[in-house]
Amino acid sequence: MKFTWWKLLTVVFLLYSAVAGFLLPVPRLAIVNESIRNLYFHVPMWFAMMVILCTSVFRSVQYLNKPSARLDILSHEAAKSGIVLGVLGLATGSLWAKYTWGAWWTPDPRLNAAAVALLIYGAYLVLRGSFRDEQQRARVSAIYNIFAFAAAIPLLFILPRISGNSLHPGQTGNPGFNKYDLDSTMRLVFYPAVIGWILFAFWMTQVSSRLAFLQLKIDEK
Amino acid sequence: MNTGVTISHAFGVGSFVSLRPQTTPVPVPLLREIYTLLAKDFRLEWRQRAALGGLLLYVGSTVFVCFLSFSLRGGQPPAPAWNALLWVILLFAAINAVAKGFMQESPGQRLYYYTLVRPQAIILAKMLYNALLLTAVALLGLFLYTVFLGNPIQDAPLFVGNLLLGAIGFATTLTLVSGIAAKAGGNGATLMAILGFPLMVPMLLLLIKVSKNALDGLDRSVSQQSLLTLLALNMLVGAVSYVLFPFLWRG
Repeated sequence: MKFTWWKLLTVVFLLYSAVAGFLLPVPRLAIVNESIRNLYFHVPMWFAMMVILCTSVFRSVQYLNKPSARLDILSHEAAKSGIVLGVLGLATGSLWAKYTWGAWWTPDPRLNAAAVALLIYGAYLVLRGSFRDEQQRARVSAIYNIFAFAAAIPLLFILPRISGNSLHPGQTGNPGFNKYDLDSTMRLVFYPAVIGWILFAFWMTQVSSRLAFLQLKIDEK
Repeated sequence: MNTGVTISHAFGVGSFVSLRPQTTPVPVPLLREIYTLLAKDFRLEWRQRAALGGLLLYVGSTVFVCFLSFSLRGGQPPAPAWNALLWVILLFAAINAVAKGFMQESPGQRLYYYTLVRPQAIILAKMLYNALLLTAVALLGLFLYTVFLGNPIQDAPLFVGNLLLGAIGFATTLTLVSGIAAKAGGNGATLMAILGFPLMVPMLLLLIKVSKNALDGLDRSVSQQSLLTLLALNMLVGAVSYVLFPFLWRG
């Protein structure tokens, strides 16, 4: 099996972000305290989820353009990776919320948006499960994938910003997290972590797609 | 097979469409096709009044149940509960109303339409039809609701405008979803709820927020941004449906 350079990079970056994330100094901020280290895990997971879901939609568009079993599998597996990362992001976020805001779940616009996004992809999986015919399944689920992405995902980013009463950083007109970004040592860990998690998402998708391709080959025989 | 007969008859009336073979380059204007399809849908609805009656009965009975349960505690519910219940009733009415749109058609009928009209005409006509139907249902629902449960609305024009925007938004979102669910066959109505609800949550959040503002009589400028977002969302969903439907239809 080929072990390409970017997989090595993934391993290095993720190990580095885990080790350095826990050991390097971080700014002392009230309330968040040491939990600020979660920034190295929680935020990159969401970034990776967004990137891989965009990939999934891109594959769906490609599928509608020129249908093939390969594109359907790639789109489906990318969506599944996105769901895994979404669940991870939700779990780390919930943990963070418990220690900074005092509750596992708050009725925060951003949190609700994240839950809705996961529901949409849950619905996508249910839709896939309800077809017998493969081509039909591939086409209709590609359509739903694009429709859901276009209808709901942009809003999940706009809605929390205009609602204006969110505790979550990056809300109410401020897209970044500059408050935390004061310290340049944090960037030294944060950026590699983001790249590492995004690459990890692609790796995960590649492995599961390969499995699906093999399954397809066996089924065809 | 009552419906099949009805439909061919409906097309017989608008014979300019049915006479056109698929290959002729003579284009029938899109608006004409939409109009014919819309007329067909209304005629069908009118001929099978059971579905329409069921929908109205559904709205009426849910409102009445709300009335009965609130009357146990002396009449009118508090404004937030009033608002929430109204939207729950309208949401479920919308899903029931739109669900039958594509599902009542058999694969044979779909093939027949496919040979007659453009898919764009079908989706636009269906969206328009659903929007009109849901607007009527929403207005009637609001009327019954205020009769039975009191009227705490302080800014009525804003409330009604928001309600109309909501009806149109439900129609645009759910039309394509109902097409998708119909393709899956079998348990279409359940699938439609599963596929539709998460997509409607963002829209519902905006709608409920604006209607709360209207209930409380807040200044219109507070709701302006949400209303614009709703409008933009409606147009976005409509446009995406328009682009995607031909792919769905092709199967």
